[in-house]
Amino acid sequence: MQIEPRLHVSPIRIALAPITAILATMAICSILIVWAGAPVLSSWALMFKGAIGSRFALTETLTRSTPLIFTGLAVAIAFRSKFYNIGAEGQLYCGALAVTFFGTGLITLPPYLMIPFLMLVGAVAGGAILIVPVLLKTHLRVDEVVTTLLLNFIILLMVNYLIYGPWKDPMAMGWPQAASIIDEGVIPTMLSKGRLHYGFVIAIIAAVLVWALMRFTVWGYEIKAVGLNAAAAAFSGVSINATIIRTAMISGGLAGLAGVSEVAGLKGYLTLDLSPGFGYTGIAVAMLAQLHPLAVIPAALFLSGIYVGSDAMSRAVNIPTYIADVIVGMSVLAILVSVMLTKYKIRWR
Amino acid sequence: MLDLFEILLTTGFWAATIRIVSPLIFGTLGELICERAGVLNLGIEGIMTIGAMAGWMWVYQGGDLWTGVLFAAIIGAIFGFLHAIFTVYLGLSQHVTGIGITLFGSSLSYFVYRMMLPSATTPPKIVPFQNYEIPFLSDLPVVGEAVFSQTPLTYLALLSVPLVWYVLQRTPVGLAVRMAGESPVAVEAQGINVLAIRTGAVMVGSAMMAVGGAFITMSAFDAFFFGMINGRGWICVALVIFASWRPGKALMGALLFAGLEAFQVRAQQVAGAQIIPYQFYLMLPYILSIVAMIIMARRAKYPHALLVPFRRGERV
Repeated sequence: MQIEPRLHVSPIRIALAPITAILATMAICSILIVWAGAPVLSSWALMFKGAIGSRFALTETLTRSTPLIFTGLAVAIAFRSKFYNIGAEGQLYCGALAVTFFGTGLITLPPYLMIPFLMLVGAVAGGAILIVPVLLKTHLRVDEVVTTLLLNFIILLMVNYLIYGPWKDPMAMGWPQAASIIDEGVIPTMLSKGRLHYGFVIAIIAAVLVWALMRFTVWGYEIKAVGLNAAAAAFSGVSINATIIRTAMISGGLAGLAGVSEVAGLKGYLTLDLSPGFGYTGIAVAMLAQLHPLAVIPAALFLSGIYVGSDAMSRAVNIPTYIADVIVGMSVLAILVSVMLTKYKIRWR
Repeated sequence: MLDLFEILLTTGFWAATIRIVSPLIFGTLGELICERAGVLNLGIEGIMTIGAMAGWMWVYQGGDLWTGVLFAAIIGAIFGFLHAIFTVYLGLSQHVTGIGITLFGSSLSYFVYRMMLPSATTPPKIVPFQNYEIPFLSDLPVVGEAVFSQTPLTYLALLSVPLVWYVLQRTPVGLAVRMAGESPVAVEAQGINVLAIRTGAVMVGSAMMAVGGAFITMSAFDAFFFGMINGRGWICVALVIFASWRPGKALMGALLFAGLEAFQVRAQQVAGAQIIPYQFYLMLPYILSIVAMIIMARRAKYPHALLVPFRRGERV
């Protein structure tokens, strides 16, 4: 088996790569559906219907995609500079902690100031927690994958401590949750029915801003340059360390915003199950988007559809909801191969 | 303060340390073998989860314990093979592939568990490995109870340290594995297939990780829970760096960790220790992992070809 680079990388192949990856993932996961004894095609149809088949389903999918757009962007921009931030989950909770700290009565501002203020502190908190891993990487060459992963566990224990301890809401009838965000800080819902809130719009705006940053600014150019060839970037005068630190701050900030929108937009208060792994799913989102900020939106919508749809599917036919997580994991592996095949060809001999 | 010191004098503490260290030894050695061959395996967390599920499920379905361990090892090797296809043969990003394997492996374990036990609310139990007192040695004071009255899987873990050291340092296969991680071109020049060596190393390493996971459900506990591995895999990755990729030092590092873990559980019981909430005790292993990496970072001598895919005939 020989792997040869393609002389011409066709844009059609690149555009088709996520679709082939998704089809391959669905084909492989069909084995699990067969094992569960359910009819394959109608199960997928049930999932499809459960994700976008009704007004309710559609708003649920959009709602669920909101944190995934943020974490997907966080991962995409970090991976662009080859800074492997696997800690979006922890940074999300940092954003949620900051919102809870400032938003539950400590400060009261009119809503048009309160919501931006909460977003700011959430983003700062998400970025701040990344300072340790990024400085360890740039100055001591400690692998950031392991440090960001380990921080996820530390932060989750911190959240656990706070909402079982000092931050526990005495009005919550003993449930472990923090106090509710004050009315001025709540991100309003978009429709009269359903849970969809303006956090979704903010996520779309964030995606456009990140895209503009990557496309039109020197910072964006430097991020891409460092990721593609750090030595060449350094030779042309780009400071690698400064670029990586900057990228990490933006990445952590975006992940922090996911926590802001979940607490201030969806739940209203902080709980331990705020995120069922949005940070990790963000990796799949970013990979499916091939690290393109605008492509993060459809990728997040697709995966959130998988989650929402699989809930509906598992209610109708007896398939564990974990199939959604299997699809997410499988899609990361599938997209790696399908993107590789756009740039290389395999010759068997 | 004196109470805390007294913990170190109890045999219970040392016995717990040896028990806790066992899965860390399997995981750390498994990761070490992969990395020595030049392949970072971040699939470890998922592979440990699937090993924990597979071994437990085998026994729950009526298999015996040792074939359960074997089954977990085989499943681990299969996942290692998957990792090798992606990172060794296709030369894809080792970071992203590993995370993908972890996401896929752990969610698949949960899926399979739910599939086979759809309505189990309280996790069903198996009869796990029992302590086996080694004749004569277990009569020794302190060490007898701490080291020689453990389950057979713990003995296997302890024995695997010199075994892995011997194979890596003293056999031709071990030399080939180490060379594949340092200078794959040189291996190729010897007429040895780099890709095959790396694949083999990743499969063996992954099998060990899976056995480490199986230890948790088949020896330390008797049931499978969700989120059971709880970052142990990542701690093993940090331990490999802490150990400078050496099996002997890996044992030392793992012992230090397990000792701390056993200590914190007991320290919580000591009068006055409740001032510090238990969550902070639970953070200790993760914080210590990061600290360990910081301490060793300057001296870390990475295998030269770690993270670098090898393509035959390509100029370096």
